Amino acid sequence: MTKMVKELIANSPLIGLLALLLVIPGFIENQYVLQVMIFVGIYIVLVLSLNLLNGYVGLLAIGHAAFYGIGAYASAKLSIELGFPFLLSFILSGIIAGFFGFILGRPTLRLTGIYLALATLGFNVIVWLIMLNWMDFTHGPLGIMDIPQPELFGYKIESRTDYYYLMLAFVVLTLFSIHRLVSSRFGRALVAIREDELAAEASGIDTTRYKVQAFILAAFYAGLAGSFYAHFVKYVSPDSFTHMESFSILAMLALGGGGNLLGPVVGASILTVVPEAFRFLDEYRMFMYGGILVVMMLVRPMGIFGASSYSFRLKLFDEKEKSYDKGDKFIDLGDDTGGKTPEGSA
Amino acid sequence: MALLEIRAIDKNYGGLAALDQVNCNVEQGKIISLIGPNGAGKTTLFNAITGTMQADGGTVMFDGEDITGLKTHEVIKKGLARTFQHIRLFKKMTVMENVLAGLHTKTRCGIVGALMRPSWVAREEEEARARAMEVFELFDERLLPRINQQVDNLSYANQRRVEIARAIAPNPKLILLDEPTAGMNPNETQGIVDLIYRLRDMGFTIFVIEHKMRLVMTVSDRIIVLDHGVKIAEGPPEEIAENETVAQAYMGKRSHAQID
Repeated sequence: MTKMVKELIANSPLIGLLALLLVIPGFIENQYVLQVMIFVGIYIVLVLSLNLLNGYVGLLAIGHAAFYGIGAYASAKLSIELGFPFLLSFILSGIIAGFFGFILGRPTLRLTGIYLALATLGFNVIVWLIMLNWMDFTHGPLGIMDIPQPELFGYKIESRTDYYYLMLAFVVLTLFSIHRLVSSRFGRALVAIREDELAAEASGIDTTRYKVQAFILAAFYAGLAGSFYAHFVKYVSPDSFTHMESFSILAMLALGGGGNLLGPVVGASILTVVPEAFRFLDEYRMFMYGGILVVMMLVRPMGIFGASSYSFRLKLFDEKEKSYDKGDKFIDLGDDTGGKTPEGSA
Repeated sequence: MALLEIRAIDKNYGGLAALDQVNCNVEQGKIISLIGPNGAGKTTLFNAITGTMQADGGTVMFDGEDITGLKTHEVIKKGLARTFQHIRLFKKMTVMENVLAGLHTKTRCGIVGALMRPSWVAREEEEARARAMEVFELFDERLLPRINQQVDNLSYANQRRVEIARAIAPNPKLILLDEPTAGMNPNETQGIVDLIYRLRDMGFTIFVIEHKMRLVMTVSDRIIVLDHGVKIAEGPPEEIAENETVAQAYMGKRSHAQID
């Protein structure tokens, strides 16, 4: 078997899942279901980006909707007022949100734990208030309407199915790039900071620099998600980016479990679908939402997939670790030096 | 010129002088021990050298460069490495990942490298892993079979070994060991003694805080004694063993107890 075939088989679970997601719109007639799936995608990206901070670096940032909102408003303004094409305003809104991530991150990253949480929450409220009150720029509570539909290489994204595929591409690219980030020296440094900041410094890791970089990246992805949201709903208003939105994102991360890539995907999916699935309960459906979180915190405080890494690779062909599996030979006996004492002891 | 020169380091906590005008040198290729009763300021001196804590006065020269006031990661980049009195590992990472994190200063892949994965990134990672394996081999069969285990599943002694492995991986010019044998049994301690000799023979310079006198008297080329933040004695082991002031600092006055 050639190497390529082996790789294909090893990655078959992922390829299968992707194939399923690709054909699924063909079997869904209900536009509303597609719409929910698109929102699942947006939240997956948001939770993945928050996960960079809360899951990998171990910071407690709780104002993520601020960057989501900045991305959405930036994209709306860029495409309406400046007439930028979708792809350009999409990338630019990520960069703008990333810039605000830097502005917020640089001074506040000296803070830890609950203090950082408060600072990020405060930032969220400030951004919301600006959206609400800066009438000239944001149209205040009226929001910005008629955001143009995306056009990609001459193809106009119109139907729910079009948006679904755009979302799928967006989520896959996000997963792919974040996977590359966290599975590198860069990601190792982030986790080292989470595990022991002092030891990370003593290993030569510039902890402040890495934290700021993580903050910028998290804000960047959230900004992209905001841009996608703006072009999908075609309307942005301050209500969508309140601290309650931040708490939803945080709850998804808490439910799924941070520090890996599977947890955010699962958490975002469950907490987006559940309130929709129980819509027949009207207002009471939020009891389900809250109930799930309470039970989760009691049963698995780390989240469903807390803090370990998961691989979907089949390990059929992977070479075995340089075979040290020689039975019990290496059981630690503790004192195999036979109690000899150093020479010339005092 | 000594590799590490500490000049008139002061550190006050409120009215208490944790370090008071401490001077000392660590010469290239030597094993220098730092001893003293609890609270003498040994770890404080290590913290002042590595920038974990800023001293109130004095200078630290390393390899001809003034490193006073630098941040810890900058000091480490100059070629220092340290371990901690209480083990500080990246607990949820594997043994291999811990040592790879220790090689942070020897690698350079950042965000762009991680995203684009040019060929040098793979090469760099491979080289880092090869270097880590070299380091594991210094610990005989203690760490080699466990490189893919999460470190918080390891025994206490093995965790200490991983911490030392992480420190020596980037080939530092000077290693600061803060009580490397704390909590180890005599045989494990002997293992560390052998390792310290091995590192010295490999050309490493070692500055070690220890409480186990037998170990200190055996391995040290020179011993520095701190008490209440003041250097009260310095010299070769035989001299320190006979030193009246040192005995008093440890045992109180009029003591005839033997140091062992």
